[in-house]
Amino acid sequence: MRFYEYESKALFRKCGLPLGKGRVVNGADEARNAAAEIGGPVVVKSQVLSGGRMKAGAVQFADTPSEAAKKFAQVLPIVVKGEQARCVLVEEKSRVAKEYFASVTWDGRRKLPVLLVSDMGGIDIEEVAEQHPDHLSRTHFSTILPLSERVAKEAIAAVGVSGDDLVRLTPIVFQLMQLFLDFDLTLAEINPLAKLENGKFLVLDGHVDMEAEARGTHKALLAELGIGEDETRQARPPTPFELEAARMNAADHRGIAGNVVEFDGNLGLVIGAGGGSLTLFDAVRKHGGKPANYCEIGGNPSVAKARNLTRLLLGKPGVEKIAVMMNVVSNTRVDIVARGVIAGCLDAGKDPADVIAIFRIPGSWEEEGFKILRKYGVDYCDRSVSMYEAAGRAVAKLKASH
Amino acid sequence: MSILITKDTRFIVQGITGREAVNLTRENLAYGAKIIGGVTPGRAGRDVYGVPVYDTVAAIVAKHGTPDGAVVCVPPRFTKDAVFEALENGVKLIVVVTENIPRREVAQMVELAQLRGARIIGPNCLGIISPEEAKMGGVGGPAANTRQAYKKGPIGVMSRSGGMTTEIASTLTAAGLGQSTCVSIGGDAIVGTTYAELMPLFEADRETKAIAIYSEPGGRMEAELAEWVKANRSRLPIVAFMAGRFMDEMRGMRFGHAGTIVEGKEDTTAEKIARMEAAGISVAERIEEIPALIRKRLAEQGVEV
Repeated sequence: MRFYEYESKALFRKCGLPLGKGRVVNGADEARNAAAEIGGPVVVKSQVLSGGRMKAGAVQFADTPSEAAKKFAQVLPIVVKGEQARCVLVEEKSRVAKEYFASVTWDGRRKLPVLLVSDMGGIDIEEVAEQHPDHLSRTHFSTILPLSERVAKEAIAAVGVSGDDLVRLTPIVFQLMQLFLDFDLTLAEINPLAKLENGKFLVLDGHVDMEAEARGTHKALLAELGIGEDETRQARPPTPFELEAARMNAADHRGIAGNVVEFDGNLGLVIGAGGGSLTLFDAVRKHGGKPANYCEIGGNPSVAKARNLTRLLLGKPGVEKIAVMMNVVSNTRVDIVARGVIAGCLDAGKDPADVIAIFRIPGSWEEEGFKILRKYGVDYCDRSVSMYEAAGRAVAKLKASH
Repeated sequence: MSILITKDTRFIVQGITGREAVNLTRENLAYGAKIIGGVTPGRAGRDVYGVPVYDTVAAIVAKHGTPDGAVVCVPPRFTKDAVFEALENGVKLIVVVTENIPRREVAQMVELAQLRGARIIGPNCLGIISPEEAKMGGVGGPAANTRQAYKKGPIGVMSRSGGMTTEIASTLTAAGLGQSTCVSIGGDAIVGTTYAELMPLFEADRETKAIAIYSEPGGRMEAELAEWVKANRSRLPIVAFMAGRFMDEMRGMRFGHAGTIVEGKEDTTAEKIARMEAAGISVAERIEEIPALIRKRLAEQGVEV
């Protein structure tokens, strides 16, 4: 879950990292006041989650408060990679002597956090890695030994930094490592980490991602930063349809019938589980089908849960039929899902035999499930029909109905 | 033969009185597992389907000796502690079923396991099965369903999805190809044991003749496997199935498991498929192609199954 720059900086400030004066503003007058309060030249920065702000012109400089107000009006409407600005950050402009880079992330192969440090900050770090590998150090560190400043020192010294710079950078980088672990982040990055002309160090821009699984642990921090519980911070914000599905899933703790992602096709999908859904979504597309949604059912959801999801899908404009498909199940019961989807169809005023294009869930309690499906005349198949073939049958049936 | 577990593996279930753990215990026992004890703090003296419950792992060790393995089935916020408890009491194989554990805690478990010379499978996994021997974890579900889907034979299976482990085994079984051991390795961004880390075990198991894997977008595990295969000139042909191809066009969106997200180019299925094929791994478009591809690869080596 990505943080905006101003949120990342609020977290940095809380942890004692050195930051310049700055304020989040939502109007031109506020921008003028902020600039006056800061005094001197300022930077006016659009707050979006994606990169590429500079290129899009969404970062501007202003020498006076009235210029800041003007730049605010200029920056706010700019759409960066399809994203509208949430607000604008007005910050003091610093006189920079040199730019460094420091970042902590996870290395899934080594299964450890890795600290990246470079004395070539301000530019794309991938480029530094490729063209100036000796200016980038990678240092893995333990998650169970007490965190030590030594690691930060070694990582900085490894790119040839010595003297005062080494001494002053070490606690800053160490703090970054510490907050990475303390707040369950998947990325904590400062770029640039600037050395000013007066010799002081300052975080000019920063970027933080928090692990979604850890949201519960850090409720207090998220509340403090004003991050709402329904903000998924994925590549795009959730749609009302997705939020409704999430609400229904959360209302009942038995199993999962959720993780709904909206698409604009005509075939509603009741599919599961984690890997099965990915496999089935691919299969539907491979056959030329147009999914209306992605979702995951699993962990033995209750009848009510499967029913609500089905009803929601059938109520979505443009959905003509649904396909109910899973891999061979062991934990989820076939009969319970069958009962749920049939009830959902009836709730929506549809005939299950007509609206369920295919039911392919083999596995535990399948005999009971198939019996119910037969009673309602629903087309079903067992494991002798592959996931791929089942998806093909659903797509063919939808096409034939046109 | 098999890897990791056999019918003689003696293991414990941590969190044994929880709803899911009770089911898992019943199903594992019915499949022939030797569960020597369970742990739930404060519940010592009870039993779950005849398995005695203790307050601590240490109490089980004192009474029955050190178990070969542990299945950890406790809520996320207690999981790290449960794994540490097993490790500090000498358990060398730990299956972590629990999902939604932050990476930091997974990394801590894995680091301590490495220090103690132990292995973790998972988290967010359904465990291990050596068909017709034993299973350790929820893989396959009730014993009757498990017997239907899994048969003993020459194919090793590794999967980032628990459900797809059974789908693949069931497809292999239907095609007359049994399995040596199937491992649900877990769907998280960091897992205790990756494909490449299991390969030496399958390599050393003379009864395993080929490998089938289920993989998906996100992470570097497939790249690591490809490098391992090239560096070690593996005798085992590998057939991989890659799900989530649609995700290549959907950067930054998370689907399926916690570890399944396309952030950079290396996370895409296209990139993973290219790396695996370059290493000589066959990539199936559909699950049902796996058996024929395995037979073809084995036939090239003069092996008939």
